[in-house]
Amino acid sequence: MTLTTLLRRLGYTLGLPVILVALWWVTSAGSQNFFWPPLARIMDAFAETWFGPRFAADVLPSLIRLFIGYLVALVAGVGLGVAVGSWRWLRESIEPSLEFFRAIPPPVLVPILILFFGIGETMNVAVIIIGCVWPILLNTTEGVRSVDEVQRDTAACFRFRPVSRLFRLTLPAASPQIAAGARQALSVAIILMVISELFATTNGLGFVIVQFQRSFQIPQMWSGIILLGLIGVALSMIFRFFESRALSWYTGMRHSERGE
Amino acid sequence: MVPDATRLPGTTVAGTGPEVMLDIRHVQKIYEGRDRSVEAVRDLDFRVAAGELVCVVGPSGAGKTTLLRCIAGLLEVTKGEILLSNQKVTGPPEGMAVVFQEYGRSLFPWMTVRQNVELPLREKGVDRSERARLVDEALEAVGLAHVHRAHPWQLSGGMQQRVAIARAVAYEPRVLLMDEPFAAVDAQTRAELEDLILRLWQRLNVTIVFVTHDIDESVYLGQRVIVLSNSPTVVLDDVKIDLPGERDQVTTRSRPEFSRLRTRIYQLVQLAKQQNATARA
Repeated sequence: MTLTTLLRRLGYTLGLPVILVALWWVTSAGSQNFFWPPLARIMDAFAETWFGPRFAADVLPSLIRLFIGYLVALVAGVGLGVAVGSWRWLRESIEPSLEFFRAIPPPVLVPILILFFGIGETMNVAVIIIGCVWPILLNTTEGVRSVDEVQRDTAACFRFRPVSRLFRLTLPAASPQIAAGARQALSVAIILMVISELFATTNGLGFVIVQFQRSFQIPQMWSGIILLGLIGVALSMIFRFFESRALSWYTGMRHSERGE
Repeated sequence: MVPDATRLPGTTVAGTGPEVMLDIRHVQKIYEGRDRSVEAVRDLDFRVAAGELVCVVGPSGAGKTTLLRCIAGLLEVTKGEILLSNQKVTGPPEGMAVVFQEYGRSLFPWMTVRQNVELPLREKGVDRSERARLVDEALEAVGLAHVHRAHPWQLSGGMQQRVAIARAVAYEPRVLLMDEPFAAVDAQTRAELEDLILRLWQRLNVTIVFVTHDIDESVYLGQRVIVLSNSPTVVLDDVKIDLPGERDQVTTRSRPEFSRLRTRIYQLVQLAKQQNATARA
């Protein structure tokens, strides 16, 4: 990569964010509106609010819930998806029920889950799991179903053991679709993390943002929203890093199929 | 590649060889559909001796692939049985390798060429150093030693099929089934691959069943050619190919016996098509 192409790429990536921040900065600069403070004040609040004890008290618990919930959903979704995708009878018998459960918006389960788990970590994590499992499950099922017939025959002819058939054929073959489901689930996880904390907890990002709003700490509230956005960007960058490593064969194959 | 002369073991193992490797006994295959069933294969009955190279030829839609999938244990036969070394085939048997027509789809794109060739050996429980040796030899034999770290999709179609052949060869099968393996490669590559198969067959002393719709290819490669009828399939004829053991793309194909044999088989296949047309009329 030459220096010019590197600069051009950097320009494409950072161009719009820089413009938006500049726009926000300029339009809000002299603002007297209480609910629309100047960006400079929000930035000050950001540093004060989050680079301190609040990070351990609120940001970390949220991230831990997110991480645990997402991980459990990933394992459960892939596991169930492989089973549902592999066995026709299972698929036919549970697919209608799956459609029903999938159609229920997860936030609506929060009141019910509070009844069962009470207010606390378990409820938060459960909401994240229940919401995230669907995109992973459905994508994995589809990926497993569409494993190439000839590849399956090949594995059968060479007498692959069931374990190697799973790890050397089914999962790699379905991995592009599993990754697509996992990517969707990641944004769902962030949304549900916040929503579950809005309802009922004593710490966490969602909780704190609502507290700021109720106590009229408006710059702090804005800074919390910015932090959420930044967490989202960071997580999706981490995700893409791992995805591009695991699926380099897939992108390479797609490129070569298109004759690039 | 210069088409190189290949010496065949020839008559020593043909037909009358002592050990029967594959015994196809009155095999019938009916596909049961929801409201109708299709008889793809009516009655196939033939034997293949150990070390023989038998070509199976027939018009398209003749149930060639059905037969091969039955032998490979991927399909259950409706009637009759298939024996491999006197053992009934009920699922994919030990010591058998298959090269499919769809080379691109039979290789695992997430693995390198080397990993693709090595994987069946791991499944077989071959230890590490032995695996490395077998993979190196197989890739060397198909002329792909230099690309072992590439992924299959980085290679041309002909090279991909070579990888599939290397994978089968490294597995050291007793029986190698090939299902129209060269149908999708260009003519020049095809000739090279045919000679490659002859060389490997002679070196490894493996039994090969080679399914093709190409009559010339069947005569060029086979010691025997089994001619199938249209579906529902029966064996029309079992033609012994009495060409000299040494085969060469140019001289073998221009011999009078070659054209006599290909004419005979061509007429048989034409007859099969006509019979089918009159039967339907």
